[in-house]
Formats: sequence, C-alpha cells, structure tokens
Amino acid sequence: MNKQKIMGVINLIHETDELDKLTQGRCTATVPFGSRYRLIDFTLSNMVNSGISEVGIFVHRRYRSLMDHIGSGKSWDLQHRQSGLFVLPPITDDVQELSRGDLFHFYQNRDYFLRSAPEYVLITRSHMVCNIDYRKVLKYHIEKQADISVICFRSDEPVLGKARKVRMDDDGRVTEIQDSYGRMVSDYSNMEMYLMKKELLMDLVETSLAKGQDHLVRHAILSKLNELKVYGYVHEGFLAVVNTINSYYGNSMKLLQPEVWRSLFYEPAPIYTKVKDGPPARYTNDADVSRSIIANGCLIEGKVHNSILFRGVHVHKGAVVEDSIIMQNGVILPNSSVTCSIFDKDVILEENRVVKGVKSGPYLAGKRRVI
Amino acid sequence: MVRKEMIAMLLAGGEGKRLGVLTKDLAKPAVYFGGKYRIIDFTLSNCVHSGLDTVGVLTQYQPLELNRYLGIGTPWGLDRRDGGMTILPPYMQKAGGVWYKGTANAIYQNIPYIERYEPDYVLVISGDHIYKMDYELMLQQHKERNAAVTIAGIEVDWKEASRFGLMHIDEDYNITGFEEKPKIPTSNLASMGVYIFNWDVLKSYLIADEKNPMSTNDFGKDVIPAMMNDNLKLNCYIFDGYWKDVGTIDSLWEANMDLLEDQPSLDLGDPQWRIYSVNPNQPAQFIEAGASVTSSLVSEGCFIEGDVKRSVLFYGVSVGEQSTITESVIMPKVTIGKHVQIYRAIIGDGAVIEDYAVIGSPDSVEVTVIPVGEHIKARENLMGVE
Repeated sequence: MNKQKIMGVINLIHETDELDKLTQGRCTATVPFGSRYRLIDFTLSNMVNSGISEVGIFVHRRYRSLMDHIGSGKSWDLQHRQSGLFVLPPITDDVQELSRGDLFHFYQNRDYFLRSAPEYVLITRSHMVCNIDYRKVLKYHIEKQADISVICFRSDEPVLGKARKVRMDDDGRVTEIQDSYGRMVSDYSNMEMYLMKKELLMDLVETSLAKGQDHLVRHAILSKLNELKVYGYVHEGFLAVVNTINSYYGNSMKLLQPEVWRSLFYEPAPIYTKVKDGPPARYTNDADVSRSIIANGCLIEGKVHNSILFRGVHVHKGAVVEDSIIMQNGVILPNSSVTCSIFDKDVILEENRVVKGVKSGPYLAGKRRVI
Repeated sequence: MVRKEMIAMLLAGGEGKRLGVLTKDLAKPAVYFGGKYRIIDFTLSNCVHSGLDTVGVLTQYQPLELNRYLGIGTPWGLDRRDGGMTILPPYMQKAGGVWYKGTANAIYQNIPYIERYEPDYVLVISGDHIYKMDYELMLQQHKERNAAVTIAGIEVDWKEASRFGLMHIDEDYNITGFEEKPKIPTSNLASMGVYIFNWDVLKSYLIADEKNPMSTNDFGKDVIPAMMNDNLKLNCYIFDGYWKDVGTIDSLWEANMDLLEDQPSLDLGDPQWRIYSVNPNQPAQFIEAGASVTSSLVSEGCFIEGDVKRSVLFYGVSVGEQSTITESVIMPKVTIGKHVQIYRAIIGDGAVIEDYAVIGSPDSVEVTVIPVGEHIKARENLMGVE
C-alpha cells in the first residue's frame, strides 16, 4: 500500500547563497524562516507528506547546524526501520575537491542510489520554500511519459530571489532553461526540483562525468533538452525563493498575508520542524500586537507591528518592533525601537536605542550581536 | 534487567467526575492545561527532571485518548531501552480479571512490574496535579531521615484548608495524624499525594491490605493508617512552590488564570525545567491587524482577529473579527466566529462558536463550560450553565 516509489535527495551542493551574515555560521538549508522553521523543513516535510521516506541530504559546507537540526530525523518521522534519513557529506581527501560540481557527489554516492528500492528519484534544493504534494508530480510525470519533470512556478511579476527561468511549449515540454541572469523572458521560474527514474539519473551522472562535465543541472540536464523529454510541472500555491537578503526579507513579509500563511503552512499538509518545548507566547497587559506572526516562548510587553518573531523573543515594555524579523531568543530592551531590520539569533538591543533599515535594504544584525 | 534505585508509579486512572463534561470521554490526567499541555505532562516532566527514567502509568478510566497521547513516552524522553514508560492497565489473570479496586490495589496488582527493577524505593504520584517538583530532593530527605514513608506536604491557605487531606507533624517533621477534608481544620499542611516508600515495607503492607476484606484498598484510607498504627516512621517533606489540584472546573479555570499574572508563580519557561508535551505541529500564531491580545497566553497555530483579554488560548484556535474573549480558557482547535462574546468560560476542544454567540456574561461569577466538539449558535445565550 505504502510501497516507496520515490526516493528524495536534498542537494545542498553549491546552493546560491547571497544571504550575507545569515549564512556566516550555517548553510542556506538551516537559515531560520517563518517564525519557527528552517528552510530545509519545507522540502523535507513536503517529501514526508508525499509518502517519501527515504531521504538523502547531500551536505557540503557549514553543515554543523544542519546535523544539529535534523538529528535522527524524528521530527519528520524519518527514524523508522522502514525509512531512512541519510546525511551524506562529501567524500574527499582534498579541500579543493569541494569546489567541483555536484555530479562528483552523485557519483561517489552511487551505492546509496543502487541500494535503495524506489524506482524514481526526486532531487530538490532547500531554498525553494513551498508546500507541495510530490505525488501529483509523479502522476503528471507518468501521464506525460516524461524523462524528467521539473517543477516550475508561474508568476506575472518577477520573483524575489534568484531562480532560473524556464520556457515551455503548449504541451508543457521544456524548451529552454536559463540562469537567473540570462536575458530570456518567461513567466515560469525553475523551482530546482527534478523528478526522474533513478536509472536515468545514474546514466546521466556517468555519461556526463565521462565527458568532463560535472554539474547536474547546468551540464547533464540543460544540454540535453532536445534529447530528453523534459516536462514542466506547474506548482499552484505560494513559492518563496530565499537566497538573497532582499528575497529573505520580502518573502518573510509576504507571510503576513493571512492567505499566504494558511497556504504555506496548512495546504495541502503541515510543515514539521525540530521540537523545542517552549511554553505558549505570553502577552502582558501592555502588549500591543498587530499583523504579526509570533512563535511560542515569546514574551511581549511592548509594541509589535508587521513583524515576525521567532521562538523565545522578549520585547520589553516601551519597546517597538516594526516591519522586522527577530530570530530566536532576541531581546529588545525597554524604550528601544527596531524598524525594517533582520536580527539573527540571540541579538540584544540595549535600552533607548533606535535601529532602522529601509524596506529595500533591511538592517541586518548578525548572530549574538549586542547593539 | 538493570536495577533501579527508585521507580515511579503514576496513578492516572482518575475519572475526574467533578470536571463534568470535560472528562466525559477523557481521563482526568489527559485534560488540557496551560495553553499547550495536558495535566499529566507536569508529573511526567517532573519525573524526568528528577532523574527518574522508569515510570509505570496506571490507567483505568477512559484510557483511549490518554494511551494515544502517551504513546511510548517519546515526548518526555521516556522511550528507553531499560525502563522508560510502561502503561499498566488492569489485566486478566488466571483467577479472572478485576478493575483496580483502589489506589493501593492498583499498585498491588503491579507488584511483578515493580519487582523486575528491584527498586529500593517506590515513588507513588498521581497525574492530577499541576506543580514542578524535584523528587530527588525528596528522596534525599527520605534517606537522611531514615523514614519508611515520606509524604510531601504543602502549606495551604487556612481558608481553603478544609478542601484537602491534612497532616499533623511534630518538630522532627514526623507525621502524627491525618484529617481528611475536615470542616474545621486544625492544620494547614495539605498532603500533595506524593509518596516515597521503602519498597520492602510497601510490599508487605500491600499484601496485608489485600488480605483484609474490610479494606477499601486505598493509600490514604487504609495503607497509610495501617503504617501509622504500627508506629512506622512517616516523615513529611515540606514543598515550597506552586501546587494546584485541578480537580474541579473552578480550580482548573483558576490554575489557568494563575499563569497570566505578571510574574506567574508557576514558570513554564524555565529552560532547566521544561514541561514536555506532545508537539501539535502547528505554525506560529498569527495576530491580525485590528486584533488585540493582552494579559494572555496564546499558543501555536492560533489565528486572532478579535480581542483577547486575560485568557489562555490553546493551539489552532481561530478568533474572528469583533469578537471578545475575556477571562476564558479556549482549548485546542476551537473555531470562534465574528462578533462573539465569551466571558469566564472554558471552551472544550474542537467546539465551534458561531457568529454573534454570547457565552457567559461580564458579571458572571460561575465559570461556563462548553463541552468538547459542541456547536454553539447565536441565540443560545449561555450564562453560567454547566
């Protein structure tokens, strides 16, 4: 009944990372997002909710925070005998090898693929934040008799963040994919989620490497759009591309629209994250909160407007937080104000201070800063 | 089997009659408390923080929901290779199966379970109370004073003393007498229902008690008095902290309200003493423009567009525009429409309160209770009805 058809691979090798201080001590996958999550929670939860219970994570750099966050995979129900979560670090003798393409990584781990039972493999990245049922993608893939299905997002306005562009014909067959800086104009963005048979992936890995090519998408897929039947599956629902500071800020602010909050966190299925066991958020008599997302463990004695507070944030009396994102355990002391800012974890804003950014360029305070 | 110095036996079979509709399909320890917890989370967390890793949970009344909640004890870190949590329902024996006849009989029937761990001491607690207590300190005192039994006691307000089982002690904290809910109390030292026994002593008394056909097989009524009679050393451990029996609607409501003080006497946020519970997997709460939330506890997954004052909201509650909620406890996944007014109420989980409904009244003294899953329409104006 629940026989595994798809295995998942979350590929963190060479992820676009223009997140500045947010990725100083962590990888993109563990950047906190949406008041209590890390970016990787979304794709990981999507996989689990779609019945994928064999998941490999190709980690690359600064993955200590990822190991800490993922643990045994319990929070995602991936610690079972019948399921498996594998964190696969680079197999390398030489630091230089880290700069080589991701195909090497696939090649080095081919035993992992060959040993797994599922027929299909879904390859994703961590910075595409959405809530999606991958079973629908498989259905589409089979209907279209596609070799590869790539998940796309349609939007009239340019998406925040950096994403490849996709052009497809009326049937949905992909005719062209260009990098984000390319000049091609298209309503479709590439969500960097590829579904194909495991057999095809192994073949692409070996033939591409043999030709001296070492990047999965750029070489193995992009150069074969004519030979292979690559189809675009269009994702309905919310998408946040989170790989630049502006896209981080802009997309976070979009969560403050109730329909986006509902769609991203509930539809079609819930998003899981590491359990923290904090108490419910506490609002005192002086609390003044509107249009904000507040996590458990917060203590609010001041004013919070149009903002996102992560777990355990303390906003003291007389303090004001506006248009800002305050990550875990941030403390805003009395009579200070924060506007258009992003505070990484454990930032303390001393009394009577004013911190102000602008919407097009939010002020960013690194982890554990005291201002 | 690894030997354990002390194991805990948690009595969780209580029916909680006085909680009325809230315990219709639910054992009392599984009743919700404090915005995200169930009552039993407090004792289980106490066990784990006190270094106890072997807990037998004795269930009897309406165990389905409780069993599902407890699982194999994972949220409390009690899914252990040696020991951990074991759910102990009444079971069939060759001579036929019987219900747990009383608290002492419940332990008696599980002597084989306890013996597997060869403990020196057994901690007997119940899953009906809200408190944070380090049982290890109590055990230390038990050993230092060479007691056969140590009973935890707390000084309560004289005005309320007649609600409790009271103890008299001498200057060495030895217990000299008991009074069960006396009309005119002569002591204000209430028994917390937390006992540490030397296992060999307890075992012999349980066996003797079982043989006595006159006994009601209850700790408070039979076993402890028998030990008193035999002049065993019964010592009292004085607990200084927050403790509340949430056995009635009023006390459950009050205990929730206690959490809303500026400096609550029960700190739920202590990182060294987290109260563990099953994670409901909900996104962070959304407070809409035009909403107002003051002096309240609000949990994950809530969506608030109305006015919330001095209230406790569990996870997944939605409150529509122009609705006001005052001095109330709203249990998980309650949907509250627009222009609703709720005063001094406990709303059972999953209830739906439609637009323009009014529950309770601003000057009501009684706490209104809406049963689990109930559907309340606008014209039903419930005022102080249980």
